[in-house]
Amino acid sequence: MDILRTKNLLKRFGGVHAVDHLSINVGGGTITSVIGPNGSGKSTLINTLSGVLPIDGGAVVIDEKATLSRIVSHEIPVYGITRTFQEVRLFEQMTVLDNILVVLTERPVVGAFFEKHGEYHLSRAEEMLKRVGLWEKRDALARNLSYGQRKLLEIARALSMNAQLYLFDEPFAGLFKEMAKTVVTVMNQLREEGKTILLIEHNMELIRELSDWVIVMDSGKLLAEGRAAEVLSRKEVIEAYLGE
Amino acid sequence: MEYLLHLFVLFAVYAILGIGLNLITGFTGLISVAHAAFFGIGAYTTALLTTELGMNFFLACAAGVGVSVILALAVGAILSRLKGDYYVLGTVSFSYVVLGVLLNWEELTRGPLGIAGILKPSFFGLSFTSTLSFALLSAAVLAGVYFIARFATRSSFGRVLKAIREDEQAIGVFGYRTFSYKLAVFALGAGMAAVAGSLFASYITFIDPTAFNVMESIFILAIVILGGLANLKGTLAGAAFLVLLPEALRFVGFAPDIAGQLRQVVYGLLLVFLMLYRPQGLIGEYKL
Repeated sequence: MDILRTKNLLKRFGGVHAVDHLSINVGGGTITSVIGPNGSGKSTLINTLSGVLPIDGGAVVIDEKATLSRIVSHEIPVYGITRTFQEVRLFEQMTVLDNILVVLTERPVVGAFFEKHGEYHLSRAEEMLKRVGLWEKRDALARNLSYGQRKLLEIARALSMNAQLYLFDEPFAGLFKEMAKTVVTVMNQLREEGKTILLIEHNMELIRELSDWVIVMDSGKLLAEGRAAEVLSRKEVIEAYLGE
Repeated sequence: MEYLLHLFVLFAVYAILGIGLNLITGFTGLISVAHAAFFGIGAYTTALLTTELGMNFFLACAAGVGVSVILALAVGAILSRLKGDYYVLGTVSFSYVVLGVLLNWEELTRGPLGIAGILKPSFFGLSFTSTLSFALLSAAVLAGVYFIARFATRSSFGRVLKAIREDEQAIGVFGYRTFSYKLAVFALGAGMAAVAGSLFASYITFIDPTAFNVMESIFILAIVILGGLANLKGTLAGAAFLVLLPEALRFVGFAPDIAGQLRQVVYGLLLVFLMLYRPQGLIGEYKL
């Protein structure tokens, strides 16, 4: 069953259609990768799906239960969605541990006012930070981490949400091999747990290794979709994406 | 001794103001110059209720906090939709509106003439008329405000405030209605400012609008920035330093009126110096 469908999704910037009447399906429990040349609308797609940018037209169907023509960012966890950002966006002047704890605790103001994090929150944070190898860094400020560690912390923060659908925007960019391996492991574990990943990535090796399904975008439109090996060998994809 | 107790009362008033503003500016990253307006609302509510209706100070203080919080919720509902410079401009506008009301609604506020004869607190026959008793009351109120602020900042609420300061859009994606948090902290800070206003009015026994203008807000902001953003102990240090500074200038031979003017120069220079060399303040953790 599809966990997410877009129906004629439209996002405009002035006269430019960054996402141009896009209709795609994301199967539950899969890793679906979105590829395409720079400016093809991949990150804009994730930004609209997560409510960071407003939708200009069309709709998003989540888990065949909710059809949304407007997505409010603070409501996406209700639909079981979380995300990372293309440019890492951590809470820089907070500790690594607080970056995780802040997404584990109460949402309503009054509840949060009278809540202090407890053993449950700490053990969850420990589990998430250990998954990405950052537990030892828990007391460091996020801004003092290396670029790769910052990427990993953002992934740990997303994992802490225990979502059904993870929108990962270029999570491997700038990572050393060992760190990339950690992220691959995390993604495979998520798939084994039945979670869904919508992955934006440029590294074709990783796309081939991880993806159950590949969606190719060009100028905001759907250019092709299918299994990685098949899609990546199509002439129009090679022309659009690889410029060959 | 009397003089030292007098300085302590002033320190307590400004420390309470600083703590409230630190919640808004230091912890949440919202630069507000409306704090003196809420200080004034608390002071005028207490002054009017004690002089016109003979109401007990503590009830008048509670009323001042109520009026201040209600106004903060109303104004904050608009301000909390703004970000950055627009937020600052919004608070400047609100400050001038309040100052305009205090100056021009003469039937209620007596305009520039101010209100005199404000009652001292009394509680079940216990009167806080001496400087010592008022200093003790101020210390108790300061301790209460400090405790509330510490409780708030050490809770999950405080952690979310910091996350809003760091990246409001990012924390929103994780299910937080940042609007509610910004509104709540603005109202909390305004309530604290009203408490300080009530204490101030009752202690000085005379208030006029000049004590609650934008310059006063800048002074409170200087306390917060000097002491340390997002650090409550820092605010105490900042308040102590800036309240005692004009007294120190007086002791080094400046006439009181010159010391007053020099105070403004020192505040300005101090802020410039801090922004250049120590943007997180003396013991703060957050850089503006």
